[in-house]
Amino acid sequence: MKINLWGVRGSIPTSSPDTKYYGGNTSCTLVTEDATTLIMDAGSGIQYYNSQAIPVNKRIDILLTHLHMDHIQGLGFFNPFFNPELEIHIWGPTSSSQSLHSRLSRYLSPPLFPVRLRDLPCKLILHEIGNTVFDIGHFKIQSAYLIHPGPTVGYRVIGNQSVYTYLPDHEPALGRNGMLHDKKWISGYDLALNTDLLYHDGQYTAQEYVNRKGWGHSSFDDALLFSLLTEVKRLLIGHHDPLHTDLQLDEFFKDLQKNNNHKFNYEMAIEGMKINLP
Amino acid sequence: MPAYEIEIILNRQLADCLSIPVFITDIAGNLIFYNEPAETILGNRFEETGEMPVETWSTIFKPMDELKNPLLPDELPLVKTLKNCYPYHKTFWIESLLGKMEKISVTSYPIIGRSGKFLGAVAIFWEAKDE
Repeated sequence: MKINLWGVRGSIPTSSPDTKYYGGNTSCTLVTEDATTLIMDAGSGIQYYNSQAIPVNKRIDILLTHLHMDHIQGLGFFNPFFNPELEIHIWGPTSSSQSLHSRLSRYLSPPLFPVRLRDLPCKLILHEIGNTVFDIGHFKIQSAYLIHPGPTVGYRVIGNQSVYTYLPDHEPALGRNGMLHDKKWISGYDLALNTDLLYHDGQYTAQEYVNRKGWGHSSFDDALLFSLLTEVKRLLIGHHDPLHTDLQLDEFFKDLQKNNNHKFNYEMAIEGMKINLP
Repeated sequence: MPAYEIEIILNRQLADCLSIPVFITDIAGNLIFYNEPAETILGNRFEETGEMPVETWSTIFKPMDELKNPLLPDELPLVKTLKNCYPYHKTFWIESLLGKMEKISVTSYPIIGRSGKFLGAVAIFWEAKDE
């Protein structure tokens, strides 16, 4: 399974030289194995796809965790939408009030965008999911609702020999005393359990998190604790705060290493990072 | 055992922040969480008991009407919520663990998730006030 991180910034893209190393594009990850192409979230990082070759099977699946702007803002600039030969599937969380089509159309329609969702030339198929298990190509995928404002899911992607878990926006520590340690009571637990690679929200320092409870994101420390409790093998901390510079992220990571002696590997996610899982 | 659904977890986290007794049950009525204020009603700490089967915790209460006649389980709000998936409210008497009669009000509501699935129920206990 090949994983390309195309966007690891949270909330809003950044273009400052100060954020160049970790990258400024918002959430997007490409996952490929054999002939199957998955795009996890459609933040501004999805622009990288425009230089890719068309998949042999002429099918692309976009898995949206939720519909906040930083996870869908790249959709309008995703060239395959304008190719009538392609079949594009968008998977996104069910809402109790409006359809996925209706919610996506709020962005993909005037005045916010000149082209309407219904006018896209590709063959577009939408799928509403919640706590669901489904297949795409040979991938078995599990989605589940997570703690984050509005309908939000995370994904567990099971490939030939490895498992990738994608939880870019997640606040499992929301509560009076932080994360509950009883495994049955941890948001996202089943998705992350024993995964080979976890991409997890880590937007804040522990100090910053104190004043941002309920915003839907995690501190670095909570990302580590969640990974420890779910026994992941490797953690990538992402959804970097747009106000955090490269220098600050380096410092934060050094502090994390000083204060945590976990056995699993963990590191800060970097835009452009490529990971090959067996 | 898989983790609870997010709606159940969030109800627990909310209950954990409240100063009024809250019980959370699964769809079968098993008590899967009670907060600190509810510990005085049950006489046990959640950290010690963990989850309690419906047969265990339901016998702790002796609900009675105004005339101190025993109430049938089907008349209790939580039982009705578990049966019908609707919210209910009722004021009645219970005999406390110390044998004292206390008038309480109970509000119960179903936890119905985004998918429309019935996931469990919550009961909130209020000290009844004469109006």
